[in-house]
Amino acid sequence: MRDSRVKVGIPSPLHSYTGGRALVDADGATLGDVIDDLERRHPGIKFRMIDEQDHVRPHILIWVGTKSVRDLKAKIDGEVKIVAALSGG
Amino acid sequence: MAKAQLVLLVGTRKGAWIYRADSARKTWRVSAPIQFGNVIQHLVLDPRDNRTLLMAASAGHLGPTVLRSSDGGKSWKEAKTPPRFEKSADGKGESIKNVFWLTPGHASRPKQWYAGCSPHSLWRSDDAGETWTGVDGFNKHPRRDEWRGDPNNNPPDNPNTHSIIVDPRDPRHLYMGFSTAGIFESTDEGASWKALCKGVAADFLPVKDPEFGHDPHCIRICPSNPDRLYHQNHCGIYRIDRPADTWTRIGDNMPKAIGDIGFPMVVHPRSADVAWVFPMDGSSVWPRTSVGGKPAAYVTRDAGKSWKRLDKGFPKVNAWWTVKRQAMCHDGGDPLGLCVGTTQGEIWRSRDEGKSWALLARDLPHIYSVECGTLA
Repeated sequence: MRDSRVKVGIPSPLHSYTGGRALVDADGATLGDVIDDLERRHPGIKFRMIDEQDHVRPHILIWVGTKSVRDLKAKIDGEVKIVAALSGG
Repeated sequence: MAKAQLVLLVGTRKGAWIYRADSARKTWRVSAPIQFGNVIQHLVLDPRDNRTLLMAASAGHLGPTVLRSSDGGKSWKEAKTPPRFEKSADGKGESIKNVFWLTPGHASRPKQWYAGCSPHSLWRSDDAGETWTGVDGFNKHPRRDEWRGDPNNNPPDNPNTHSIIVDPRDPRHLYMGFSTAGIFESTDEGASWKALCKGVAADFLPVKDPEFGHDPHCIRICPSNPDRLYHQNHCGIYRIDRPADTWTRIGDNMPKAIGDIGFPMVVHPRSADVAWVFPMDGSSVWPRTSVGGKPAAYVTRDAGKSWKRLDKGFPKVNAWWTVKRQAMCHDGGDPLGLCVGTTQGEIWRSRDEGKSWALLARDLPHIYSVECGTLA
């Protein structure tokens, strides 16, 4: 499948990896591809939101379009938004 | 050439701070928050170069990592490869929950560091914290799962690997502590491990004198006599003099009304008979606050045969402090200074080995660790 370029919304706790940018580009046909491309462009960002077993960390939400997605095999069919979930003090 | 400067490194639930002392060690200048908002479990200055700092960090939402500074804390860079397990084929493998403890390696291995993590695991860096690899001798030991017990039955703040100790005489000789697993020793630089828990109570277990499964809170080796170690346990205060393999409960000599439960343990760098603890209430539901709301350190000057209360300057009543295992340290000075950090965000300092105390800082976030060092 051909990669597509998507806009990815980055939450403020991860801005140190994106040079302060809240919206960045990434390429990929699946969510996993997009995350891997983010890692290539912004080294270190992946492990802060995805653990070593490829599970999305508990307090991270990822939206693809209007759907909350935790499966890295999910197809990309909309803008990606990463959210540091509201989890208290 | 810049003069060496005493620094106090403070790790909190919301970032780190560095306090720099004047040459008389009387007044302190505090830094701006460092890695503000991040959970800083441990911040340690490398005593081998007095410049490199390593920080165990995570965030409320983000995964754990290690940050490094090679300029005394002015700038920080994330480890290229922080501690992380291998990816398993079925995706059911382990993942690091936090990096909890950092220990500089032996003087003969100037860039070596160790990190203790949750779940129980030991990690080593040979490049001053840039990349980390698992110590397979422990992390892949066939009995590791047995040692660490049921992962669903662990302490509220994670089952942490802590008190990683390198014998100053031998880089291959290591000790470390595991909450709810025990004290372990290696004489081959981590290739193999054995439990060193004889004599230690584990009254929460159904088995009498188990081989492992104990709950050490903080273990310290005596620099002036590395055959002697002290440790504060969930079940008491202990001393061991190697090559003996059995711990002696020296906490039995504490006042009965105070007990011998707590988290930190500090040993004198120049006298192996002198050590301090900061007792916590271990009764009933384990409140782990200063006994009776009256904070006090206790010191032994005879290797645990007797203990003396040290509370001059502390609040006399209604002070329900909790002092965590990394939140009490000495400053190496002569006379020796001591620092205590509380989960209420206060730092108390003594300039006379605990005889009297004064407030150094207040209104910080929940303090996890205090460490002193001499910045070049």
